[in-house]
Amino acid sequence: MKKLILFFSLALISTFTFSQEMVISKSRPLPTVDIKDVKGNPFSTSKIENDGKPIVISFWASWCKPCIKELTTIADIYGDWQEETGVKLYAIAIDDARSSSQVGPLANGKGWDYVVLLDQNGDFKRAMSVGPIPHTFVLNGKREIVWQHTSFSEGSEKDLINIIRKVKNGEEIK
Amino acid sequence: MKKIYTLFPTLLLAYWLIPSYSGAQNANQGSQLSGSFQADAQYYVKDPKMNITDSSLDGHLTRMNGFTEINYSFKNFTAGMRFEAYLPPLVGYDAKYEGYGVPYWFVNYKNDKLDITAGNFYEQFGNGMTLRTWQEWTLGFDNSLRGLRVKFSPVDGLTFKGVWGVQRNYWEVYSNNNRGIVKGGDIDIYLNDLFSSLKDARTKLSFGGSFVSDYQKGKTTDLLIDTMIYTLKLPENVSTYGGRVNLNIGGFNLNSEYAHKINDPTSLNKYIYKDGNGVYTTISYSQKGLGVYVSSKIIDNMGYKSNRLVTNNQLDINYLPSITKQHTYALAAMYPYATQPNGEWGMSGTVTYTIPKHSKLGGKSGLTLALNYSQVNSLSRDSLDGINMNQSGTLGYKTNFFTPGKDVYYQDFNFEVDKKFSKRWKGIFTYLNQTYNKDIVEGHLNEYGLIYSNIGIADITYNMTDKFSLRGEVQGLWTKQDKGNWAAGLLEFTIAPKWFFSVQDQWNYGNDDPDLQIHYFLVSAGYTYNTSRVFLSYGRQREGILCVGGVCRYVPAASGFTLTVTSSF
Repeated sequence: MKKLILFFSLALISTFTFSQEMVISKSRPLPTVDIKDVKGNPFSTSKIENDGKPIVISFWASWCKPCIKELTTIADIYGDWQEETGVKLYAIAIDDARSSSQVGPLANGKGWDYVVLLDQNGDFKRAMSVGPIPHTFVLNGKREIVWQHTSFSEGSEKDLINIIRKVKNGEEIK
Repeated sequence: MKKIYTLFPTLLLAYWLIPSYSGAQNANQGSQLSGSFQADAQYYVKDPKMNITDSSLDGHLTRMNGFTEINYSFKNFTAGMRFEAYLPPLVGYDAKYEGYGVPYWFVNYKNDKLDITAGNFYEQFGNGMTLRTWQEWTLGFDNSLRGLRVKFSPVDGLTFKGVWGVQRNYWEVYSNNNRGIVKGGDIDIYLNDLFSSLKDARTKLSFGGSFVSDYQKGKTTDLLIDTMIYTLKLPENVSTYGGRVNLNIGGFNLNSEYAHKINDPTSLNKYIYKDGNGVYTTISYSQKGLGVYVSSKIIDNMGYKSNRLVTNNQLDINYLPSITKQHTYALAAMYPYATQPNGEWGMSGTVTYTIPKHSKLGGKSGLTLALNYSQVNSLSRDSLDGINMNQSGTLGYKTNFFTPGKDVYYQDFNFEVDKKFSKRWKGIFTYLNQTYNKDIVEGHLNEYGLIYSNIGIADITYNMTDKFSLRGEVQGLWTKQDKGNWAAGLLEFTIAPKWFFSVQDQWNYGNDDPDLQIHYFLVSAGYTYNTSRVFLSYGRQREGILCVGGVCRYVPAASGFTLTVTSSF
């Protein structure tokens, strides 16, 4: 048991030390991967852009309750966010063939105004090193990843908009 | 234990050192590095009521599954690898995973027209009915191909793909004929991209086709049929081919794929020589606030593996997901459906509708309704003249392809209301009525019959402040069959965006045997810092099928501590 505790403590320390270290490689460009839009047309992630304004990329799935909570919460205030910062949100669904055709009708049925894309076999997910979802990225106007976060909790949308504001104002993200 | 003790820190150290070293070079060389890490560890507490004993644990009270994946790219090149360790694997994962190593690595070159991969790769042709290789960590599933893949797009709207390799099978090294060699080709034609005159047309049309072949050496096998040993001649090359179409007009979308497999006698289909067929069609219509979706899927003898002796979730070449709705609430997921590759007839429909804001019913922030109905039956079959149904060594049976069979495999009617009451309160209310054919889905022989259940769930969130929130779930499952009624409750306290604490219980209060009216009590806590997450829990895990990403895996009952650490950059 002692060894187990030691091993877990070590794991924790390493993980968090490591997260701090990662600040150096934070600004990195977006990988180019071929995925699809909800209509089944090819979409290259090199087309993810927003005229120099901030971009949010959120990985979700139709079966992921916290993801839908996050996107529904943001949908409510998305208009205000856009007005204030010009942000554009890309919602990347990792649903596979079981439910990927449902993604479009679901997002539309919920009344979301995001650009919804399909990553059916996880190619973009792997290129972005996404594990558990929801996983949200914030990109600056140069399409560089400057911030990322996993999981959603009520109220964390406030942190997200603060980051977006900073990106819009050209402030450094820590 | 000793092994974890030395290996695990090494793994972390590597994960920690490599990026900080090369990250520094980022700015001036245009190279990029990303990676992810996960470790799931369990400490088991003996629990005779749940049958967790010394013998079921095989002497290992602590178990761990872990991986680190690193991707590095420089200009047009990308290279990546994943290190995995199972020391020993968690209960519920195949014992064949025990050990560690690098089961996945690749080198890729990509430009506008060409994309070449050597090493392991994940690929999908169409909807995956002919070929799909993929990985899902939580399921212990990985059927990646190792070999070569080339993608070629000579012009916009036209893509060719070719693959050639062997699939992963735990840690087994490929050697002469211990599994098949998989070769495949695929083409995608997007008419609107191919012809510039159609570029802005409202109607979008695309076609695709695929061909896959699996070569397994061995021309014959001996099989015992009715006390006689027969020698069966086997096809060494088994091919599958398919065609697909996608049509889109405004909010309307049609997607259909047909796949055909030539005779492929395997232990999964009891060595019948019938060809396989599959059709998967989805039709949807949506506009803002309304989404309608129907799908149908008919599968007949479509199991396709690169080893004809395998019957579990290993070495699948194609992908045959269930089209029923995937539920994530504990009691709604008590009886989940899993595709029957030997034959099923299924359909599913969903309507999502949002009552607009500021209307009488919608209130201040609208109200979303979702209705779903799924039904999966057996396939309608007739026996061949003078031959027993599904007799090994014959063509097996005749199929009335478009007619559903009499046996219900699964039925699910469910209704969900999602409502925000005020700035502070919101709720999701779900009702489900399910019919589950336990014998078919779990492979029993007429032991249980059909299980009819009614399920009700209320999920309420209260935002105390912008930072603190409280969420409660109350669930009930009522059935006269199987283990009887269940009740479940959950309370979760969150401090955004970093902390959560929860307590939950699932109680089988309706079990006929008072000794088995067990509480599955679980406390858990989690901490998230950007993309690093630590999750710790203590308590009982209910036995059942865990379904994530379309594959279902049986999870035996577990009891004790669980720690999960995930991180990515």
